[in-house]
Amino acid sequence: MKEIVNSFCGHCAQPMSEFGHDDCARRLELEPPRFCGQCRRRMVVQVTPASWVARCVEHGEIWEPTWT
Amino acid sequence: MAGSLRRVGLAGLEDEQRLGRPCVYDHDDVLLLVKTVTDPPPEGATRWTMEALAGRRNSRWLTFARAVMASKVGGNDLSTDIITFAREQVLADGEPLSYEQIVDVLRLPDEALPTLLDVAHKVRLRWCGPEVEVEGIVSLKTGGCSEDCHFCSQSGQFASPVRPVWLNIPELVKAAQQTRETGATEFCIVAAVRGPDERLMSRMREGVKAIREAVDIQVAASLGILTQEQVDELVEMGVHRYNHNLETGRSYFAHVVTTHSWEERWDTCRMVKASGMELCCGGLVGMGESVEQRAELAAQLGELEPHEVPLNFLNPRPGTPFGDLPIMPTSDALRAIAAFRLALPHTILRYAGGRELTLGDLGTRNGLLGGINAVIVGNYLTTLGRDPKEDLALLADLAMPIKAFNATL
Repeated sequence: MKEIVNSFCGHCAQPMSEFGHDDCARRLELEPPRFCGQCRRRMVVQVTPASWVARCVEHGEIWEPTWT
Repeated sequence: MAGSLRRVGLAGLEDEQRLGRPCVYDHDDVLLLVKTVTDPPPEGATRWTMEALAGRRNSRWLTFARAVMASKVGGNDLSTDIITFAREQVLADGEPLSYEQIVDVLRLPDEALPTLLDVAHKVRLRWCGPEVEVEGIVSLKTGGCSEDCHFCSQSGQFASPVRPVWLNIPELVKAAQQTRETGATEFCIVAAVRGPDERLMSRMREGVKAIREAVDIQVAASLGILTQEQVDELVEMGVHRYNHNLETGRSYFAHVVTTHSWEERWDTCRMVKASGMELCCGGLVGMGESVEQRAELAAQLGELEPHEVPLNFLNPRPGTPFGDLPIMPTSDALRAIAAFRLALPHTILRYAGGRELTLGDLGTRNGLLGGINAVIVGNYLTTLGRDPKEDLALLADLAMPIKAFNATL
């Protein structure tokens, strides 16, 4: 499977190449990404007690269990 | 008289004209009180208690003594020992602190925090017991809300990245099952709305029925401002608890929300209480309110007497008017926990949103040892929480049993 490289920050939607995203990375430990890493579109995000799923209209769904 | 003394101190001794003989406390009463409490305590006691004072004089004098001890006499600030006072009034008698006393607690220095938390913890153990109530929450309808609550990323009025979405019924039931598997006894369905419309009520009917058929868990709801008909319908569905927060003290509310009033929230809370559903009503701290306004929220909740108070700590959300506010200092958050416990000695006091940022692991532990007796496990509505296994391990480490399902029925 081809690994997807995110060009944009899932938290602030700015290009990953532009400036540091350390604070964004810390925040993403406590919240799901809101922007698509490939096209920076706002995603539809559903958080449930045990997981989250984020859907980009162009690039589909990503999801992650937060505990099992 | 006691109420005015508590509110305004010795100025409360000024009686207004009224029929009959006025109730007067003079300077001699104050001196006698100070003399009595500085005399050796009664035989067999190590210190003066309110009960002992009442025995030495009478119940009228007891009320007076409480009021004077909560105010300032002759330039000596007797309220500096508010912790001692809390021990006698709240721990021994189960009587909540007054507004002025809550302010005193919130102004205590950091050095007093360990003692304060210890008293709050003992109050919780004595009046609520050692059990901890565990709950999970889920957002049935996310985002696109018509209201402008300045702390909330789900308002449709702000440039928040949160987009509207509805949860389907199978996912709702799955969320309830996952919550139950943690040992939780409560599952709260939340919708970001001013109040429910027919579409939302219909989804609730379907969802509550499906959960009750599949999962042994109590279902709670949080759907905004209700009409009496909607209250009745939720009761009929089997919703046993309803959440509707005051959010903040009445005097600060207009700085937080402009699209509805504090009174509308109050009215819904009163209707819920009258219906027989349990009322879950709390708020947020760390939104720029003053210490007095924070105390005001605690006192107003005390007046409302909810079954449960969820205490949120502001998590500044991007795009909201409060998005640039600083995270509340941990010490202030712990002081607030203790103050709310002393204002609400018999109420379930629940950790809600923001504790991960504001308190961290150590602060979370300190709060559980400072008055908290309920937690939300797992994720929140739009943000992520701790792994429930970590919270459950912490509760086990603290020898705090999880409230059993049959104990909630």
